[in-house]
Amino acid sequence: MQTSSNRIAHIADVHHSYGKVTALAGINFELRRGEVLALLGPNGAGKTTMVSLLLGLLRPGSGNVTVFNKDPRSLSVRRRIGAMLQISGIGPNLTIAEQIDLFRSYYPNPAGVAQLVAAADLAELMDRRAKALSGGQLQRLHFALALAGNPELLFLDEPTTGLDVESRRRLWARVRDLSESGRTVLLTTHHLEEAAALADRIVVIDHGRVIAEGTPAELEAEVSGRRICCVTRLSIKTIRTLDGVRRVERRGASTEILTANAESVLRQLFAQDPELHELEVGGVGLEQAFLALTGGELDSDAPQEEAA
Amino acid sequence: MRSSLQLQSELAPSRRPNHVMHAFLAEVRYELIANWRQLDFAMPTVLFPAFFYLFFGVFFGKGSGLATYLVATYGAFGVIGTGLLGFGVGIAVARESGELRLKRVTPAPPAALIGARLVTALWFSAFILFELFVLAAVLADVRFERGQWLALAIILLIGTLPFGALGLAIGTRVSAKGAPAIINLLYLPSAFLSGLWIPITMLPEFLQQLALFMPPYHLAQLALGVIGLDAGHPWQLHVGVLAGITVVAGIVAMRGIRR
Repeated sequence: MQTSSNRIAHIADVHHSYGKVTALAGINFELRRGEVLALLGPNGAGKTTMVSLLLGLLRPGSGNVTVFNKDPRSLSVRRRIGAMLQISGIGPNLTIAEQIDLFRSYYPNPAGVAQLVAAADLAELMDRRAKALSGGQLQRLHFALALAGNPELLFLDEPTTGLDVESRRRLWARVRDLSESGRTVLLTTHHLEEAAALADRIVVIDHGRVIAEGTPAELEAEVSGRRICCVTRLSIKTIRTLDGVRRVERRGASTEILTANAESVLRQLFAQDPELHELEVGGVGLEQAFLALTGGELDSDAPQEEAA
Repeated sequence: MRSSLQLQSELAPSRRPNHVMHAFLAEVRYELIANWRQLDFAMPTVLFPAFFYLFFGVFFGKGSGLATYLVATYGAFGVIGTGLLGFGVGIAVARESGELRLKRVTPAPPAALIGARLVTALWFSAFILFELFVLAAVLADVRFERGQWLALAIILLIGTLPFGALGLAIGTRVSAKGAPAIINLLYLPSAFLSGLWIPITMLPEFLQQLALFMPPYHLAQLALGVIGLDAGHPWQLHVGVLAGITVVAGIVAMRGIRR
């Protein structure tokens, strides 16, 4: 197995299921020191499961997970990380100032209160109890708590869910600040825009597998291309064997094909089905490409693991 | 001078020499504060024993053996309640809200999380015992020697522990909504069958035998032993059962918390 010196967290060949539902189907993944990595995928893709494994909240069904080359559950690891969880709560009866004080007490070298308050824009809310906060304010509190230990590695699981546009932009700016101060950030999101705006590297996952990986630019180059729509008697299986075809999907009567080389695919299509009609050829943006990559019915004969 | 120091400590990351102790004390302080701010949750647990005692001990039993007996058993009833409900419902709520999950990601020492709840439960237990002792001494003419009051208080306070462990074990395995119901379903009948509400000798013989299988019975018997009203089993039996419960429930609870 390869080891790179700047690897900060590693998921090696991990399978994980909840009962009969497969969440991760053989994931390999590494996080490198200093990068902002976005785990991008639709809901249910396995993002939160990956984060839970890296945080030591779950043990992998099979395979291996390390953070700082150690078991994620070890105390020395937990002192160096911070996390904003998707499912997490907080005692309703303590004020923000008290919560921050409590979480700082857990760490040998906590971040300063003033830093935390500024980073999460909490100055006006310090005496407010958690139960009196709005969803967005609560998110900001969780952001501050994630930073309480001055972490080298920060996990943000869907950090901007429920935030309005302005708060979202503000959080993005904070994440960039953190990255500039040398911290490693792993964030999960199902918004391509968010991943593209923040990440040095994007890992796209779906159905518990990594389906694409690269810098935002690389990813765009890889997945973008042309989209061909037509009505044809050729089967999806046949079309998939054609040269240059990346994805095929049946949409009602028509068939949608993604390709980097539309001309070549069109020549092959007409050679096999002269009666092909209702032809349309268009471009594919990153957003569409992402949707196509992860859209549920794209691989219609892929095994249906996520039955539940 | 003071303000500049404060400013410095707020801006720069500060190294704490004894941060585990610091974490423990912070957890205890905030657990107490949080409980104080929602006293209405704790009210029934804290007031019922005194309320029952006022009714059965003071009005019915004033000056009789009943008033004496019930100080010990309502004391047991009270501390068992803070242990079972305080720990059990508390942990079920913390688990379901995701608070426990969030804390598991931090380096918060698990002992601090449990310890803070224990200190809080002991605080409530002490308050319940204080209420009962005052009612007994002032209104029901119960007379013990100073050493007996003290022994009673110590035994009952320590008695919070096995039931706290039991509460934790249950609370890590049931939902926050179900926890109070499930715990009360175990707590109230077993309290009755252990002779906490009425003297155990007033129950039919077979129920008195059955009581040996009720955890509250053993704490009550230890407390009654102090004032010479126990059923005469060796104290080692009661201590052994309660210690066993603490260990087994403690293990079950720790497993549940790690899930």
